Amino acid sequence: MSAARTLATAERVLRQLRHDRRTLALVFVVPPFLLTLFRYVFDGQPETFDRVGGPLVGIFPFTSMFLVTSIAMLRERTSGTLERLMSMPIAKGDLLGGYGLAFAGVAAVQASITSVVAFGMLGLDTEGPVWAVVLIAVANALLGMALGLFLSAFATTEFQAVQFLPAVVIPQILLCGLLVPREEMAEPLEWLSNLLPLTYAYDALEQVTAVGETDGDVWFDVGIMAGCILLALALGSATLRRRTP
Amino acid sequence: MRRGDALVLPGVTLDIHPGTVTGLLGPSGSGKTTLLRSIVGVQIVAAGSVTVLGLAAGAPGLRRRVGYVTQEPSVYGDMSVRENLRYFARILGAPPSRIDEAIDEVDLRAQADQLARTLSGGERSRVSLATALLGRPELLVLDEPTVGLDPVLRRDLWTMFHQLAEAGRTLLVSSHVMDEAERCDELVLMREGLIVAAAPPGELLARTGAADLEDAFLALAEAT
Repeated sequence: MSAARTLATAERVLRQLRHDRRTLALVFVVPPFLLTLFRYVFDGQPETFDRVGGPLVGIFPFTSMFLVTSIAMLRERTSGTLERLMSMPIAKGDLLGGYGLAFAGVAAVQASITSVVAFGMLGLDTEGPVWAVVLIAVANALLGMALGLFLSAFATTEFQAVQFLPAVVIPQILLCGLLVPREEMAEPLEWLSNLLPLTYAYDALEQVTAVGETDGDVWFDVGIMAGCILLALALGSATLRRRTP
Repeated sequence: MRRGDALVLPGVTLDIHPGTVTGLLGPSGSGKTTLLRSIVGVQIVAAGSVTVLGLAAGAPGLRRRVGYVTQEPSVYGDMSVRENLRYFARILGAPPSRIDEAIDEVDLRAQADQLARTLSGGERSRVSLATALLGRPELLVLDEPTVGLDPVLRRDLWTMFHQLAEAGRTLLVSSHVMDEAERCDELVLMREGLIVAAAPPGELLARTGAADLEDAFLALAEAT
């Protein structure tokens, strides 16, 4: 691996996004918009909005970066640029690291904007510090990126890649405890939720926003997320082939 | 070798000489791209060995020494010509001065700041070619680099190919246009996954007694 190639890749990914202003605008505007929508949908139940609003700030980057990465990687695979890179002196880690750096940066901006709207304008409260929410949001973005990168190997068209969002992301959002506490679910679903990475992301976000904890429990959750990110990256890396049939 | 379910390129044996422009000619579907991919080392080869510059094809040590231009231009459509080249130059470790040189070599100075996806097909394939030229590779493998280019640029590119060969580099250029055959030092004629002939153009003409290379290819194809 080389720092120069990793940085070059991160800069390239950001440059591509910069040329696609509409995508960038959607990434930054949609989460605050949705959160505002939540606020007024739950106008009659402010306690529900108070409970889900904070964690949502950290969960949006997971969805955005999953989608952006799976399409970006699919394009690399179908346009021949991945094959070109793989015939050049670049390590797979440089490519993955470059994507990771770029999207972590975008996620930090996204989560900061959403935090300003959530905690500054929509009247949400967080017991714990906002920086912890943003930090977990960045970890979520990396998780979404790593999963998107891995799953892009199983899509041959952008239509298929987009379908992975409802297939992979929505079940995790349903099961993570955001909508219904996990112990109130059918028991097999509660077990299943233990195996899904977003469950730990939600748990960490809930600890920070509702309980105000930034102690060992939160770091345990973040540690599990880090493990899931590394696992998904390893699986994704295995799909970057130097040789193809 | 297998590609999908089809057995392709059974028993191909071929030597390419350094410092020459070798033309790989044959109709579409004759196996040119598969052979080129095997030489670059991106093709999974079921059996046989491919040695490039003394190393096994695709060896890490070759990634700086072999340049490959695919048939479809593989560049980032959402970046400008210069941004594409800047990125690949950094990956190859080529000096920044090579970026503008490569842009000039493929005559894209006027389009340098245009997004690649807004270029015409011919211009996009020149960006792809410029990318392969960046690192000044010893072996350049070009898959139909002149498709859709205007005759003046086609002539200029062939002149450049010969200049590169004179400077000691080796070029392997595929084409399905027979009139490009006579511009090559060596020719490899392919048909249905087999090599029909491999020799300099003059020798092919002499061997077949044909008036031009098109007739020579026909004579050789019918003889097999």
